[in-house]
Amino acid sequence: MDAMLQALVFYIFAALTLGGAVLAAFSRKLVYSVFSLLLTFIGVAGLYVFLSADFLAAVQVLLYAGGILVLMVFGIMLTHRIADVTLETQFTHLKTGAIIAGSLWLSLLFFLSLARWPLLQKVPAYGPTTRAIGMGFMGDYLVPFEYSSVVLLVVVLGAATLVRKEVD
Amino acid sequence: MQVIGLTPYLVVASTLFCLGVFCVLTRRNSIGILIGVELMLNAANVNIVAFSRYVGDPVGGQIFAILVILLAASEAVIFLGLLMAVYQRFDTIEVDKVSLLKDEVPGDDAHERA
Repeated sequence: MDAMLQALVFYIFAALTLGGAVLAAFSRKLVYSVFSLLLTFIGVAGLYVFLSADFLAAVQVLLYAGGILVLMVFGIMLTHRIADVTLETQFTHLKTGAIIAGSLWLSLLFFLSLARWPLLQKVPAYGPTTRAIGMGFMGDYLVPFEYSSVVLLVVVLGAATLVRKEVD
Repeated sequence: MQVIGLTPYLVVASTLFCLGVFCVLTRRNSIGILIGVELMLNAANVNIVAFSRYVGDPVGGQIFAILVILLAASEAVIFLGLLMAVYQRFDTIEVDKVSLLKDEVPGDDAHERA
């Protein structure tokens, strides 16, 4: 009974993810696309919880659903005039895109069905991971951590340089 | 207790990735392309975390995923900065209308004659 409930919740989150992604990829209006992306992000956060990545799920909700999505909505508002209410997005090269993405999908599924992974005998139990991630960032993964701070600095400077007005 | 194996996650992630590829290839608006890129990054993240849980070293995979999320956020910021610059110059963000080089004047078709 418990197992069935767990599987049910997993498939609900998977459906949320994929449904949001389908809407985001196919809907004709850009604003609908952006807001259906919210469903995908929340669904992926649910999948992270199922993978025993609680901290990652929180980061996903905070950064993706709270940050990147708001940024995209700002992008839409700043680059369309209020007058064109439709904010329609046309597609281009529909057939080529469908062929490439579809054949990629089919081949991925084919190779997934063939693959044999060296799985763990016993998957570790669910538990909090925040402490381990913090210890990792201060230990084995210190160099990527420091590099990411450099990346953030460059991003701030670069964004400010890109959007500033040209002054002679 | 674990009822869901590795394969369902991989199927979800590969479907998500292919939807992202489709989105990038077919959208004309550059925010649509950004949406596709975010879909692909999410798919990669689900894959990384699923593999790290079922094949070994859960913490390493999650740290990798956090770094990917950080890069995705930086990428979105830079993308929108570029968008603002392009919009100031071209008055549109549709990628197939943005086809001038640095000193060309919009409306001048010198680049078409050459």
